[in-house]
Amino acid sequence: MASSNKPPVLLDIAEVSKSFGAVNVLRSVSLTVDKGEVVTIIGPSGSGKTTLLRCVNFLESYDSGSIRIDGKEVGFRPGPARDSGARQRRSERDLASMRAETGMVFQGFNLFPHLTAAGNIMLGLTKVRGKSSAEARSIAEHWLGRVGLGHKADSLPAELSGGQQQRVGIARAVAMEPKILLLDEITSALDPELVGEVLAVVRSLAEDGMTMVMVTHEMAFARDASSRIVFMADGGVSAVGPPKEVLAAETTNERLRAFLARFRASHF
Amino acid sequence: MLGQIAYALPFLAQGFALTLWVSLLVVVLSLIAGVILGVGLVYGPTPVRWAVRIFSDTIRGIPILVLIFFVYYGLPAVGIHLQSFWAAVLALTLFKTAQVVEYLRGAVASIPKGQSEAAMAIGLTFRQRLAYVIFPQAFRRFLPPWINGVTDAVKGSALVSLLGITDLMQAINQVIGRTYEAMPLYILGALIYFAVNYALSYASRRLERRFAFIRD
Ligand SMILES: Nc1ncnc2c1ncn2[C@@H]1O[C@H](COP(=O)(O)OP(=O)(O)OP(=O)(O)O)[C@@H](O)[C@H]1O
Ligand SMILES: [Mg+2]
Repeated sequence: MASSNKPPVLLDIAEVSKSFGAVNVLRSVSLTVDKGEVVTIIGPSGSGKTTLLRCVNFLESYDSGSIRIDGKEVGFRPGPARDSGARQRRSERDLASMRAETGMVFQGFNLFPHLTAAGNIMLGLTKVRGKSSAEARSIAEHWLGRVGLGHKADSLPAELSGGQQQRVGIARAVAMEPKILLLDEITSALDPELVGEVLAVVRSLAEDGMTMVMVTHEMAFARDASSRIVFMADGGVSAVGPPKEVLAAETTNERLRAFLARFRASHF
Repeated sequence: MLGQIAYALPFLAQGFALTLWVSLLVVVLSLIAGVILGVGLVYGPTPVRWAVRIFSDTIRGIPILVLIFFVYYGLPAVGIHLQSFWAAVLALTLFKTAQVVEYLRGAVASIPKGQSEAAMAIGLTFRQRLAYVIFPQAFRRFLPPWINGVTDAVKGSALVSLLGITDLMQAINQVIGRTYEAMPLYILGALIYFAVNYALSYASRRLERRFAFIRD
């Protein structure tokens, strides 16, 4: 295989482990995501999906292994002493500038309630990217237009529906032009009739080539929109592959089959 | 009677000015110190958190009167000599600082964790998160108890008269000593304190309404 045909690896998660106290939440998780890929993580509650995503932008630290974005290690400074357990955490400034390269969209939206829709998007552009407020405003308006909210630029989050808030949440993340977008159950808090408008935005970003890792329970969407699906169980990657393979009813992976069966029973 | 009081007015005005000066110093200094220590209490490493916790609990456990005498008579024993004015300001500031620490902690704790995380996720540094995300939201919760505390500081400043400082309270007592017109003078004093605090409460309500942008 010629390396020029294959898109470069953007996210490289290698043997990452993490525990909360005595609970091993991640057990030697390895996963790579190529540039432009959409990878969906599924799995039972408590399997570590959220924790893994949070480690990728270092909202959560990890105990061992490494996570690299574009070759640069997340959270820790490189050094020869790394494997002897003497990892050195990056400085606050360093962490902040690395986090700016990964966008995150939250289940609970987490918009800043004291700022307008445009203000939410402009904050990172002005304070982190150093853009003038006029420039930031026009970028914010561009992205609000993209998510269908061009007319809501000056609305406060409290004045928006859940679906609209989440679309602002997506616009806020992508306006920073991150290398990768992390989405954790971003439609779970929405009324069913609002889910579609948010997924449509995600789909259009995927078509634009945005690299994404998402956790979702929307199986139909995962099947249609993902390049690959990762099935996590008990803090590890239990299965990974193209949607058709992973979601096939005749899979030989016992846990996956049980998960899908339970899932079909409750969701279809 | 009125003539005598009118004659004493400039003297009372001086006392009033001192009351305002003490109050202003205490309010401003305690705000600065309280916010810094409060941030240490919420975000600092464990030793800092402990130190602030102990400071705040200790100070709040001591009656303000005891604190004033402790600073005035106790500090010279360890070689620190302060003028009575500065001893009073220091004692009142310590007292107020401990309160500001608690208001700040409460206000910041009321902001959901997701706000900090969203702010981190777009790449804001710690200071930027505080300045642009946490403090603007916490401000609305900080304001009402803090303004209450400011009116307390104005009233509490009357305690400096115990160190022989001629504030409004002390001035009133001295004029009474000369004129024996106790009732009218105490009523005048009460009215002045009331007027100042009423103005503060009014300003506070205006401010609160201006910052009522957050749903609860
Ligand atoms: N801050 C924390 N402190 C202690 N335990 C935690 C913490 N966060 C998560 N856990 C535990 O880690 C495990 C994995 O949690 P995680 O949220 O990653 O699972 P998940 O796969 O996202 O589950 P869900 O589908 O319910 O969102 C769970 O057992 C959870 O209780
Ligand atoms: Mg989760």
